[in-house]
Amino acid sequence: MAASLAHTHLSHAAFRSPRISPPLSPPYSLKLPTLHFPTFKPLSSSPVPPQPQHRTLTLRPPSAASDATATSTTTSFHGLCYVVGDNIDTDQIIPTKYLTLVPSKPDEYAKLGSYALIGLPVSYPTRFIDPGETKTKYSIVIAGDNFGCGSSREHAPVALRAAGAAAVVAESYARIFFRNSVATGEVYPLESEVRICEECRTGDVVTIELGESRLINHTTGKEYSLKPIGDARPVIEAGGIFAYARKTGMIPMIPS
Amino acid sequence: MASSAVAPSYTPCINKKDVGLSAFSSQLSISVQNAKKRVSRKIVAVMTPQQSERSPATTGSVKTGMTMTEKIFARASEKPQLSPGENVWVNVDILMTHDVCGPGTFGIFKREFGQNAKVWDREKIVIIPDHYIFTADERANRNVDICRDFSNEQNIKYFYDIKDLGNFKANPDYKGVCHVALAQEGHCRPGEVLLGTDSHTCTAGAFGQFATGIGNTDAGFVLGTGKLLLKVPPTLRFVIDGEMPNYLLAKDLILQIIGEISVSGATYKAMEFVGPTVESLTMEERMTLCNMVVEAGGKNGLVPADSTTYKYLEDKTSVPYEAVYSDGQARFLSEYRFDVSKMEPLVAKPHSPDNRALARECKDVKIDRVYIGSCTGGKTEDFMAAAKVFLASGKKVKVPTFLVPATHKVWMDIYGLPVPESGGKTCSQIFEEAGCDTPTSPSCGACLGGPKDTYARLNEPQVCVSTTNRNFPGRMGHKEGQIYLASPYTAAASALTGFVTDPREFLQ
Repeated sequence: MAASLAHTHLSHAAFRSPRISPPLSPPYSLKLPTLHFPTFKPLSSSPVPPQPQHRTLTLRPPSAASDATATSTTTSFHGLCYVVGDNIDTDQIIPTKYLTLVPSKPDEYAKLGSYALIGLPVSYPTRFIDPGETKTKYSIVIAGDNFGCGSSREHAPVALRAAGAAAVVAESYARIFFRNSVATGEVYPLESEVRICEECRTGDVVTIELGESRLINHTTGKEYSLKPIGDARPVIEAGGIFAYARKTGMIPMIPS
Repeated sequence: MASSAVAPSYTPCINKKDVGLSAFSSQLSISVQNAKKRVSRKIVAVMTPQQSERSPATTGSVKTGMTMTEKIFARASEKPQLSPGENVWVNVDILMTHDVCGPGTFGIFKREFGQNAKVWDREKIVIIPDHYIFTADERANRNVDICRDFSNEQNIKYFYDIKDLGNFKANPDYKGVCHVALAQEGHCRPGEVLLGTDSHTCTAGAFGQFATGIGNTDAGFVLGTGKLLLKVPPTLRFVIDGEMPNYLLAKDLILQIIGEISVSGATYKAMEFVGPTVESLTMEERMTLCNMVVEAGGKNGLVPADSTTYKYLEDKTSVPYEAVYSDGQARFLSEYRFDVSKMEPLVAKPHSPDNRALARECKDVKIDRVYIGSCTGGKTEDFMAAAKVFLASGKKVKVPTFLVPATHKVWMDIYGLPVPESGGKTCSQIFEEAGCDTPTSPSCGACLGGPKDTYARLNEPQVCVSTTNRNFPGRMGHKEGQIYLASPYTAAASALTGFVTDPREFLQ
């Protein structure tokens, strides 16, 4: 598996200390000026096979409950990006014939990931998932306008995350895709101020600094500002709609 | 096309209706919340028109005018006043799910609320297998089984089961496409909140209710709580005026609008359809209009309830409901005006629903097949419209023409209802004479591709004129397939010539 979240090689315990500057050895020979420690629990480095309940919480900073502010300023994503254009609909993200896979079943969750973005037309010569692989090497998807339009299938953000992508940076989103990303906590849906899909190329190495709302393309040396996440932020920071509802007392804590 | 975004303005037609309806006194001030303790044994509100003065809102002490959507949100969140952008916990009246998203939804419900958890209200959940039914795909079949097991375990009142895949008519409860079945079974009611795990849940806005599509996780949350955190959308208003020419259908109207505002033009927004033309539309045509608001990115579509709505609901529900209407002073993000009398039959060319063109401009596009079906274009009136064109031409189709009724009821209408001015012929007879494929078992069918063995799935890179809703790459199966979205009139006319064809060639 070649997923390139910079933090995938780090130990589980380290994630609980977001402020510590880690001895990073990123898989790229790069000079990273300020690569903050990611606070996301990576799917691939879990010491135990991930259960479905972990998956909906993958983007939840482990220390969010105690120190939400700190975690939100120290969160970042780093890796290769995969660039797509405008109006990438859910049929292209995960074609309908794969919708018989049920995302809440662990083996089918993984299988959904192996089909992520398989519906993109042949005009995308570099595929999101290399032939013969089940995971992507691109941890960040960069898109144009109206990403995720079409159906309400939650399989779409699920497939991206299950493939190994952690964040999407689009010029704009279709409502239900954005909503599903937030509600599930599967992928972090960010919006760019400009059309970075025209300035980044698939395979570029990028870092997203959430606290600074900034995307750095290390390959081109350019930096871009991202839009504030707005009022979805509390739900995203809590780790999804269930975590948010529990945090705010809407529903009781997880039953034993 | 004559449309313009103008500052919100007062529209007389709305007010006229309000005045008209205010003649009825309000014997019903039952709020939505009371519906929890439903008394279902007698019919109390079928003859609805329950409006007294339409003063600012139905929700009590209100200072500012609100749109229909804002009022529905206000009532469902038990707040007197709301504005666009506010996030509120909304009480849900109906939650719908189907075989594709049900299993995942149930999985999340159990994971979050416990293996022995009970749903919030067994009478407010509607489970409709409809997507991948007539297939040998084992996982698809298993997903219907999961829906059945959950419905049994939770004693779900409305589960429209199918067990005998060989003969759909042998299944007394099976309906077919969820959005059409919801309406036909009386689950769509003015003023209510209907959520469904399907983007075309917005279809139900035709009944003057808030209806939108949600994901599995949100639906799992609703299953356990009956509530969901939703943002109040701003409203775009579409005033449609002019007499509808006999060669146009609601499908042309919505393709016109999507072409105008693009596939993201209404993102996060409500789309309210008003005006004399909308008032003249049947319920099924209003459903077509609202069905495709999601193709413009819309959160929900709305048609104000009126006598047409109440008549449709008369024999379908005994649940009390209360319609709401936009206030005269309500604020709309923008208002678009269309004169339908000047419009021409349209198509959306590949590969986007906003890739609008006049049907006659595409007359040189050779096609391989025609598909009539889906929640958008597989209703009784859609087949009646197609039959009308075949009847008028008296000719045979030149390309394979696939007919997939949305529901069992539609199928029965195709075989039972006489087509006007046909001398008593049914749609099925006319289709047979025209050389169409025999109408098949009701389901979502090939609208969204589905498993390989799905009837009429686009397995080759062919060109298809379809009455469905989306034409993104791969939508009906093959990635290089080309889908022209069109009205049933245009689809039938195209079947007769083998090219994309303006139905006026046969209807005038």
